[in-house]
Amino acid sequence: MKLLKLVPENTNLDFMRWRNLALALSLVATVVSISYTVYRGLNLGVDFVGGQLIRVNFAQPIDAEQLRAKIDSLHLGEASISEFGGPKTFQIRLPKPPGGDTAANTVATRVKMEVEKDYPGARIESVDTVSGKVSEELADNSAIAIALAMLGIAVYIWFRFEWQFGVGALLTLAHDIAMTLGFFAFTRLQVDLNVVAAFLTIVGYSLNDTVVIYDRIREDLRKYRKMAILQLINLSLNETLARTVVTSITVLIALGILMLIGPEVIFGLAIAIFLGVLIGTYSSIYISAPVLVWLGVKGDSFVRGDEKDEALPAA
Amino acid sequence: MLEFPRWKIWLIGIVIAIGFVLSIPSLIAGTPLASRWPAWAPQYKINLGLDLAGGSHLLLEADSADMQKQRLQSKEDEVSTELRRDPRIDIGDISTAGGRLSFMVRDATQVDAAVERLRKLSQPLGLTGNRDWDVQVVDSTRIVLTPTQSGSVQAMKDAMNVARDVVRRRIDPSGVKEITVVTEGSNRILVEVPGVENPEELKKLIGQTARLEFKLVDLSANPADVQQGHAPPGSQVLPMADGTGFVAVKRRVMVSGEQLTDAKQSFDQDGRPDIDITFNTAGARRFGRATQENVGKPFAIILDDKVLSAPNINEPILGGRAQISGSFTVQSAHDLAVSLASGKLPVKLNVIEERSIGPDLGKDSIHKGALASIISVVAVIVFMLVTYGRFGVYANIALVVNAFLILGVMAVFGANLTLPGIAGFILTIGAAVDANVLINERIREEIRRGRRILDAVDTGYKEAMRAIFDANVTHVISASIMAYFGSGPVRGFATVLLIGVVTSVFTAVYFTRMLVALWIHRARPRALHI
Repeated sequence: MKLLKLVPENTNLDFMRWRNLALALSLVATVVSISYTVYRGLNLGVDFVGGQLIRVNFAQPIDAEQLRAKIDSLHLGEASISEFGGPKTFQIRLPKPPGGDTAANTVATRVKMEVEKDYPGARIESVDTVSGKVSEELADNSAIAIALAMLGIAVYIWFRFEWQFGVGALLTLAHDIAMTLGFFAFTRLQVDLNVVAAFLTIVGYSLNDTVVIYDRIREDLRKYRKMAILQLINLSLNETLARTVVTSITVLIALGILMLIGPEVIFGLAIAIFLGVLIGTYSSIYISAPVLVWLGVKGDSFVRGDEKDEALPAA
Repeated sequence: MLEFPRWKIWLIGIVIAIGFVLSIPSLIAGTPLASRWPAWAPQYKINLGLDLAGGSHLLLEADSADMQKQRLQSKEDEVSTELRRDPRIDIGDISTAGGRLSFMVRDATQVDAAVERLRKLSQPLGLTGNRDWDVQVVDSTRIVLTPTQSGSVQAMKDAMNVARDVVRRRIDPSGVKEITVVTEGSNRILVEVPGVENPEELKKLIGQTARLEFKLVDLSANPADVQQGHAPPGSQVLPMADGTGFVAVKRRVMVSGEQLTDAKQSFDQDGRPDIDITFNTAGARRFGRATQENVGKPFAIILDDKVLSAPNINEPILGGRAQISGSFTVQSAHDLAVSLASGKLPVKLNVIEERSIGPDLGKDSIHKGALASIISVVAVIVFMLVTYGRFGVYANIALVVNAFLILGVMAVFGANLTLPGIAGFILTIGAAVDANVLINERIREEIRRGRRILDAVDTGYKEAMRAIFDANVTHVISASIMAYFGSGPVRGFATVLLIGVVTSVFTAVYFTRMLVALWIHRARPRALHI
């Protein structure tokens, strides 16, 4: 059987030739992405701003405008109604009911009664009610968790490699997260707790490629102490290129299938990780690696104290 | 390196076999095969999270203002009871404003004696030397009792423990349902009830504090004043539960719901729903004496500071049994009976987060999730096969074994499978083969460099291990933070990722290495086709 080789043997691509251009573009893209997110804001779900989210499954496709008029006639505040995965399922989102932090129970009941009265066969699939207090905590905790994960991983990389690698990992992560945030701001996809889980996953998994490439750079630094750093990074990138491509494809296949035919409720989570892995593959080559050049990693960076990785469990 | 002693092979084989057996009950659950699974075999099953099984999730928070009010009220009762004892100390101008209890001592010479007696009432807290109340004298005749910070914290902690048990008893009086009731943080209770789609019923059960009191109606009060909210000294004005006005009742409690042993929904002579209650011995005695002394007078049955009814005492009630009447429906009488039997909530609980998921959504999600998982596995398997040939087959065997191991480990730990958890499962499938990709690419490289087969395989595994280890540590860092900060579904996601990291290193590294080693020893290949 002839085996599939997506990347030919012994590639010798000069990745680093475009490093300044790529870095500049990435920087611009990151700044644009962050500014856009700040300017436009994210479409935050009830998890983070409080309120109610009611998902209804109707027996047949219905007219959204008609449903909106019916909900508006209940005077429960400004309702937003959107299709969810098909013309028969709708999300009704209502603002926090006035009057304290106590979650309003009557609101969901009234919507339910209205819907069941006017649309025979309709089923309430889920109701989420989040008070202002809880939503603030969830938002704070999510931000803290993402920041902690980024820092934790950067510190680990620093500890395992050198400080330049830690900085490189942190910048790579910041880039990946910023780009994914920008994507969510641009597409208006709803950001809920699942999406935050996806961001945390990106922090862990988008760094996969970076870790592999850093490991190879370190190995090559020891092997070829005299080699110029740009040439050495190019060598390491080429040596790991096949692995980078194959792994990214397997992860993207698995997540792509989940995105396309998986449950709608986790579409946001799936697309966020899919995107994060894709961006992570790019940034492992064009951010993680050039940052090392910038921060002055040289052939002798690992001469001293390079025994620390020998303590690893040997395979 | 590629020498595998027999005991190691056995060990790896046994681990895999155990994982496989443990995963079966979860896989066949709900199919006709489930009944054929032998009773002596392990029965561990993966729990479905609420988002898959359907059910209600409620986060309750103690109302700290109510808590403070209750503590002040009971302190007030305690203080007046204590100072009425012999030698009696007369007090007046009692106030609970500003979160403190303050009153005047009428005879200035008795202030020190009063302070002495009240200090004895306060409780020491552990070994810290702090007490739960501060007693101070201001303006020489006024005594002020202030709750201390540590006293309030302790009171909240005690109240939450009681509240948790009360909530559990109310939702599940018979103690058979698989519900979760746990305290979270200092003042919250998380309730998860699978299968309950409509949380209104739950909230009705939890929403009632169910503080039941019997007090005498104050007949000396002027009815007009009462409707204005004014009561004579020693009495208080309470609203009727059905909104038909106000009643003045004596402050002194004849008997309270804490002395109940049972409460059941029943019907009165006219067929209207009511509640039969039974007092414990002490309660029965108190109730008997109070009714004996007050035959012909009305008494008020008070629930959470609202008067349910105020019947006349026709004759002494000595048996310790009584009926509570009011304008009940069968359902509301039943709910109140459950609440009374489970004891009163020590503090009012507010619902601050509520999520409910219908069972159909969960079924649909499981169906789609399972389909996506299977197709993902197949797609990855095909891709690995065409990319690495024989080594791809080994990676694929490892992949399938890994899937069973993850399920088996989840079953043993009783982990919850949530909707994001399914995504975690699929992500793990995609990421687990990364270890094999790293290893196989490295072997290809070493072969290209002209190493001999054994040497190339050996070096491939050894050199790839570093990156595999580091990459998995980064996964563990992010998944642990997720497990720590996340709730319910997200935690389920993190659980799968964490388990997947461990099992995938085992299958993708150790298990495939064994397969490769066994093959090389048996076939002694001249060339590697990789």
